[in-house]
Amino acid sequence: MAGGEEQDAPERPTAAAPVPVPRAPAPPRRTRIVLAEAARPGSRADRTRSELAQQTRVGETLVQGLVRAQLTLALRLSLLVLIGLGGLPWLFAIAPSVGRVTVLGINLPWLLLGVVAFPFLILVGWAYVRLAERNEQDFTDLVQRPER
Amino acid sequence: MGNGYVVPAIVVVTLVTVGIGFYGLRLARTTSDFLVASRAISPTWNAAAIGGEYLSAASFLGVAGLILKYGVDVLWYPVGFAAGYLALLLFVAAPLRRSGAFTLPDFCEVRLGSRWLRKLATVFVIFIGWLYLVPQLQGAGLTLATVAGSPYPVGALLVAVVVTANVALGGMRAITFVQAFQYWLKLTALAVPAIFLALQWQADARPAVTPPDGPAFRTAVTVVVEHRATLAFPDGDVREVRPGDRLDFAAGDPVPEVSGTATDAADWLLPDTAGDDDRGLFATYSLILATFLGTMGLPHVLVRFYTNPDGAAARRTTLVVLALVGVFYLLPTIYGVLGRIYTPQLLVTGQTDAVVVLLPTAALGTGTVARLLAALVAAGAFAAFLSTSSGLLTSVAGVISTDVLGRGSVRGFRLATVIAGGVPAVLALNVSGLDVSQVVGLAFAVAASSFCPLLVLGIWWRGLTDLGAAAGVLVGGGAAVGAVLVTVLGPPLSGWPATLTTQPAAWTVPLAFTVMVAVSVATRRRLPADVGVTMLRLHAPETLRL
Repeated sequence: MAGGEEQDAPERPTAAAPVPVPRAPAPPRRTRIVLAEAARPGSRADRTRSELAQQTRVGETLVQGLVRAQLTLALRLSLLVLIGLGGLPWLFAIAPSVGRVTVLGINLPWLLLGVVAFPFLILVGWAYVRLAERNEQDFTDLVQRPER
Repeated sequence: MGNGYVVPAIVVVTLVTVGIGFYGLRLARTTSDFLVASRAISPTWNAAAIGGEYLSAASFLGVAGLILKYGVDVLWYPVGFAAGYLALLLFVAAPLRRSGAFTLPDFCEVRLGSRWLRKLATVFVIFIGWLYLVPQLQGAGLTLATVAGSPYPVGALLVAVVVTANVALGGMRAITFVQAFQYWLKLTALAVPAIFLALQWQADARPAVTPPDGPAFRTAVTVVVEHRATLAFPDGDVREVRPGDRLDFAAGDPVPEVSGTATDAADWLLPDTAGDDDRGLFATYSLILATFLGTMGLPHVLVRFYTNPDGAAARRTTLVVLALVGVFYLLPTIYGVLGRIYTPQLLVTGQTDAVVVLLPTAALGTGTVARLLAALVAAGAFAAFLSTSSGLLTSVAGVISTDVLGRGSVRGFRLATVIAGGVPAVLALNVSGLDVSQVVGLAFAVAASSFCPLLVLGIWWRGLTDLGAAAGVLVGGGAAVGAVLVTVLGPPLSGWPATLTTQPAAWTVPLAFTVMVAVSVATRRRLPADVGVTMLRLHAPETLRL
């Protein structure tokens, strides 16, 4: 184990381990054995992890950075949908002539809402999954190789 | 109706549902299998199951019926039902899975550590669940009455009994298989007849959907009126009709204008415009808000996320669901539009929800193919009732067994299932005047005004306190519940009061968010001490194994 940069203790219990459901009403549920183990002096990666787990100021800042990155991403993409789809009723209302435009014999509002909206939503979702996973990868890299 | 294939098709769907349920029962050996399917279900299966559970009577029958009646403005229903999954993906999916919460009350406890907030959430889960279950059972009763001529209670009770027994005996693992099967069945049941209908429309030399003289009857029909209405005939005659009245129309007769529907071609074809009346625009935005934000607060949707192995899988599953649901929602529009041509009598009877089941025989005649397609559609409709009711029942029963009965055993879950299924069955037998899509829309509005702010703020804002969450849920959710009760039980309203109560989301959702934030800021001292640990758990990728 000693010196292993990114090595994990194989049997380390994980904090993210599922809470068994359903549970009995009162018993203590989570035991964070992980703290004692992670606090063991070790590699730099281990130290960053224990900072996360112990909620030191550094750890707190790291997590806040991740949360902010993910939230910014989600808000940006929802703004895109808000303008792209949410603007349509308003557009149709103030410019009724748009509703009369026909493409392939179908009125534009029918085409936009009945067909185009769905691939658009899927595309935004696909972009989100990719970008959110990238954010998480960046966070993982930061935690595991703090010196870079 | 005399279609001999319909009843066998419904029986087959029901038997297959029960059969897969028992197959799952044999596999379910432990409590964990029973409740969360041992978390060993692949994203594709899980996504198909979520889609199968989500596409309810409102999607399968109601959307096409609304399009037939109101036209382009109600296309926001399918768009919103699909976009709800995008909001879920963007703001909730992965962190919720990482929280380890199985139900919404679980989430309250994980995030805010408050047991009484958990109780409050339980009340809302049960209310939304039942509000959503009643129209499913009613839809079943009405569909069976339409296609097989059975009395109304038969269909409602049939679905209630089959679903309750299946959930109680098979648990969630069985349900996952059943739901996934039913997604594909529902898609097939709409897609295959839609192809035949489109070909028929081509063969009929593409009759205009909005002919210049308004819709006309293609064949001679006798219409039996089911809802009181005012009909305006093209010759200037205006008649009040009552349920039971019979009207005869010859082929080529124009369809009389029915009060409250968009019979006028331009009204149906073109979106609401600004001007003298902004209520339409308000209602549209309210609907968008309710459907976009309500999906994440529906109890049966969230339970599924726990079956994903980790947060990343939850995200991918949600994306697949969005795609599956998006493909499905291309189809109801076709039925609604062709219904204008082939079943205009539904505009007069007011039974527009029946357009999907009646269209195949109305357009394709009474040959064997047409009758088989009609049976396929009826089977799909039944799949819709069965699957959504199963999902709702599983989640309501889960909440009742852990939070009301207070035990986590399989036996407790079974008892809870019987309670959770019995109440809406009794309600469905006693109220029959509710409109399927409207009630489902109200359930979305309640979910969007109670659980959506709780989830979004709980996941992304460290400052949320238990008092703030409770105040937001009580004020916002309570206002939406009040609007529902006024709409369903209260006197008929008109003008702005009617718009504000039938489409409440545009004012109740901002209200809930505002109250939640304001009270949380005011009670800052009650911030949970472990909020940092919780945020880490919600957002850190599992690969770190913290």
